[in-house]
Amino acid sequence: MSEPLLSVKNLTIDYIGEEKDFRAVDDVSFDIAPGEVFGLAGESGCGKSTIAFAISRLHKPPALIRKGSRILLAGRDVLDLDPKALADFRWREVAMVFQSAMNSLNPVLRIEDQFYDVLRTHKGMTRAQARERAAEMLRLVDIPPDRMSNYPHQFSGGMRQRIVIAICMALNPKLVVMDEPTTALDVVVQREILQRINELRKEFGFSVLFITHDLGLMVQFCDRIGIMLAGKLVEQNEAAAIYKAPQHDYTKKLWASFPSLHGGVLS
Amino acid sequence: MSDAILTLDAVTKTFGHGASTVHAARAISFSLHAGRALALVGESGSGKTTCARMAMREYQPTTGQILYKGRPVEGAKADEIARYRRSVQMIFQDPFASLNPAHTIAHHLRRPLKLHRPDIRGSQIDATVRELLERVKLDPDLVAPKYPHELSGGQRQRVNIARALAAQPEVIVADEPTSMLDVSVRLGVLNLLNDMKKEMNLGLLYITHDIATARYVAEDIAVMYSGQIVEWGPTGEVIDNPIHPYTRLLLSAVPDPDVRFDDPRTRLRPEDVDDIRKAAAAPQEKVVEALPGHFARSL
Repeated sequence: MSEPLLSVKNLTIDYIGEEKDFRAVDDVSFDIAPGEVFGLAGESGCGKSTIAFAISRLHKPPALIRKGSRILLAGRDVLDLDPKALADFRWREVAMVFQSAMNSLNPVLRIEDQFYDVLRTHKGMTRAQARERAAEMLRLVDIPPDRMSNYPHQFSGGMRQRIVIAICMALNPKLVVMDEPTTALDVVVQREILQRINELRKEFGFSVLFITHDLGLMVQFCDRIGIMLAGKLVEQNEAAAIYKAPQHDYTKKLWASFPSLHGGVLS
Repeated sequence: MSDAILTLDAVTKTFGHGASTVHAARAISFSLHAGRALALVGESGSGKTTCARMAMREYQPTTGQILYKGRPVEGAKADEIARYRRSVQMIFQDPFASLNPAHTIAHHLRRPLKLHRPDIRGSQIDATVRELLERVKLDPDLVAPKYPHELSGGQRQRVNIARALAAQPEVIVADEPTSMLDVSVRLGVLNLLNDMKKEMNLGLLYITHDIATARYVAEDIAVMYSGQIVEWGPTGEVIDNPIHPYTRLLLSAVPDPDVRFDDPRTRLRPEDVDDIRKAAAAPQEKVVEALPGHFARSL
């Protein structure tokens, strides 16, 4: 593999408690290559979202990253960045899409203003430049640019999610972290959005950290997959191998917990 | 097949009026039979929860009627309506919001017994509470004295099932009973619903957006879009040989580990998706029967 874009090394995160601490992430290490889609799967509470937050240092107390953990993005340790460098690093290098991202748009601002906000802060663009860039980005996610003067409530949930993705891409980040980006959407919309992201990452070469509990979806989209159980990364392999030849018992159990569309007929 | 317990006969529900009328359900017809499950599948906003609410008499149909054992429920005598309310029970989507945080699990199960089971009194009530909890595979000693916040989502949904069973229903309406549960416990709850259906000869209306689980629970399936049932029939037959373009679209979008997004042959074209949605949303009265029992609206 070429030089990894993201390298997570011995990441350990505790939630500090009054009596004792809870180890949410336990000595996790993985790499993501440029242009690669890496998936993290596991049931709720296994620590996958905690990792997503830690990568852009959005974790808040009582979460504490333990000494010895390293998160290297293009060679720089994210954990060493000062506040100024960190503000610059977010959006420009790592962008995040959350589960209910469609609700993370500001309801009282027009879509074009939300683009302008990001583009002015990070690139110092003028209004006209920002509008041009917004039109370009909206076209990429199949939303007619003439709708950029609309407010968020005038779009469906799927469209809002695509707008958030368009804003994320506006600064050409190197890594996009997606934490259950389509869980609140129905399957057809989910497919349309992920298919589009897949095409965009081929065009622009960004990497994706994709988090979901849906293993089937993950195998469709990801190049490599890591399976998490109680804070530990128990298995890590190519997507096809996770599907065809899972090694860890827990991975096998996760697969068995999905009713398949064509197997598992009613007895 | 036995006689239908509950039938929706050409039921329509509209909200609003004039130009802003929303047709949440258009001429919906289906029946629930003892020991069989019907899966009502569709995306959010397709009208499936409106159907559940009409079956629960929470909404009044705008036109059409609901029949209980062949007799219209509308205009029935008070004791018949009481019987209907006892025999049609619901399991809700959100296991966190559907239990009262201020009461123990035992309290939740005693209430329907006191209301609907005059045959059970005194110490028998607590014995029945134990029986109900065992039935849904929860330990009565551990669970009965607990409060909802002390239980996991899966355990709470089992309590909801026990509460529905307490009234000795003939029909259970389950609205997305597993969509808020963790993947690792979903199958357990579906298995439980399946066992209940068989052992207690219940008619089950299983509402879901996840067509893959429909096959696991239901003998029959109805696919809804934009307030209309666009295709219906035996579950295996509809999933393996879908006729309606919307059913095909829905099936092609179900996550399938054998289909990579990189594969251009399986790519969904956004313009095709829009066309299918537009065509499926138009009211269509003409119906074709592909095989005996397998119907679809023509486009």
